[in-house]
Amino acid sequence: MQPVAIVGVGQTKVEANKIRERFEDMVFEATNKALADAGMTIDQIDNVTTISNDFWDGRTISSMAINDACGSYDKNVSTAEGDGTFGAIYGLMRTLAGTFETTLVVAHHKGSESVMRLITNAMFDPIFERSMGIDAIASAALQAGSYMRKYGISEEQCAMVSVKNHGNAKKNPYAQLAMDLTVEEVMRSEMLSDPIKKLDCCPIGDGAAALILATGERAKKITEKPVWVKGVGYCCDSYHLGYRDLAGCDALVAAAKQAYTMAGIVDPRKEIDLVELHDAFTYQEPFWLEGMGFCERGEGGKLTESGKTALGSELPVSASGGCLSSNPVLVAGLVRIIECALQIRGDAGEHQADGVKTALAHGVNGPAGQSHCCWILGGEA
Amino acid sequence: MADWRDEVEPWVLESRIKVPYTWTAGETGSHYLLELKDNKKFWGTRCPQCKRIYHVPKRNCPECFTECTEWVELGPLGTLRDYTIMRKAEPRLHTLPVPFAYGVIFLDGSDTGFLHLLYEYEEADLAEGLRVEPVFAEERTGHILDVKYFRPAKAVS
Repeated sequence: MQPVAIVGVGQTKVEANKIRERFEDMVFEATNKALADAGMTIDQIDNVTTISNDFWDGRTISSMAINDACGSYDKNVSTAEGDGTFGAIYGLMRTLAGTFETTLVVAHHKGSESVMRLITNAMFDPIFERSMGIDAIASAALQAGSYMRKYGISEEQCAMVSVKNHGNAKKNPYAQLAMDLTVEEVMRSEMLSDPIKKLDCCPIGDGAAALILATGERAKKITEKPVWVKGVGYCCDSYHLGYRDLAGCDALVAAAKQAYTMAGIVDPRKEIDLVELHDAFTYQEPFWLEGMGFCERGEGGKLTESGKTALGSELPVSASGGCLSSNPVLVAGLVRIIECALQIRGDAGEHQADGVKTALAHGVNGPAGQSHCCWILGGEA
Repeated sequence: MADWRDEVEPWVLESRIKVPYTWTAGETGSHYLLELKDNKKFWGTRCPQCKRIYHVPKRNCPECFTECTEWVELGPLGTLRDYTIMRKAEPRLHTLPVPFAYGVIFLDGSDTGFLHLLYEYEEADLAEGLRVEPVFAEERTGHILDVKYFRPAKAVS
């Protein structure tokens, strides 16, 4: 792959209800922060990729409603509907196509303005599944139960992820839900859909994020701290839950392998210093880390329990607080990439981990981890 | 310096999008739903190449990328794989009062699972491998909820 780097990043604080802002206001803020971070102006952006979901925005082709706010007016702009990691791959492809030197990728989400359960229910097949009322939480719970039973992952081990991530969020000024929790408090929180309890779940929130990609030579001119895209991979499993092995995560295994191969990574346990995970539910930390090869299948619970995924330990996972503390849908994946870039630059602030040279950003699309996307980022070209 | 933005009262408008849809079940889905309605029978499709039997029926086999035109009668009993007990009510979505369960069920004869509801169970009985039977609605309309839910099978089979 031709060298491409992230040269600027920006994110809004994620909040439960940004009642003072429309989604275009959040996009304007994130875009301007990314431009300021890169030391660029909007006229230096050659093309734009926006990431949004019409159902959540309550508007068809909602991407067209933000072209004033992201400066795509009068520019080549295209849209991805899906997690930010997937949208960013689209932006990466547009950068690699050779037509553009700089690409702005921006995502927005206002979870506060609609009803999460009704909208996530609408992702299911209207003939065979939707009328049963299944939603994001119930489908994740089907998977959590099967995975945890198969490998003996305990609810307490999952609760530890909640404690860790909500604690990490206290060091991240952009995070929505930062709090001191105990395993007991997580265990006592309201059971929603067995085995998923309220504090095993991400919150609903509003936010936007943006990053700027640039081709190799241009990137070096823009910034002294380009963060290089070393490898990407994505893979999609079957749409219907009954056609998938829910206790496995084959799509993630394939996505990670693609990204590792492209990045020349042989042993992720030795070569990756930090992971920003799409961990919308607690069982997903052990599960996804297994899929990425950071431990053997079924050993993820022990990995979490060992404390190795804590900030300051061997493999910090979601040092930002992850999706468990802030999950503006679609934006969340882009934030994973942004957080990895900040960590590599040494600009993550209070939640900065030591010696991050190579990081993995992860995104998920679809119910119960239907599709996965992995980005490997590094500080050296 | 006072900024007018600090003073402004945020003004929130309520609305909703109402769009009626008509979704065709397609030829394959239509055959399936009408058999459920008229004869209380479950049918799956078989891939001519890998012989995998799909339920709910697939028009084409995603593995072999060939058309599945052969029908195979399945069930009515099945075996539970994944399950979760739903405890948080959402009356706008749910057809049963909480707690009820969602399950991925493999009907006898099928190689794939499908999502349905579980009810009339003891919580302690829910387990992977549980044998389940369908409870049909009296009034059937050609809908997946012509089966109201599955429950633990009464007769051992």
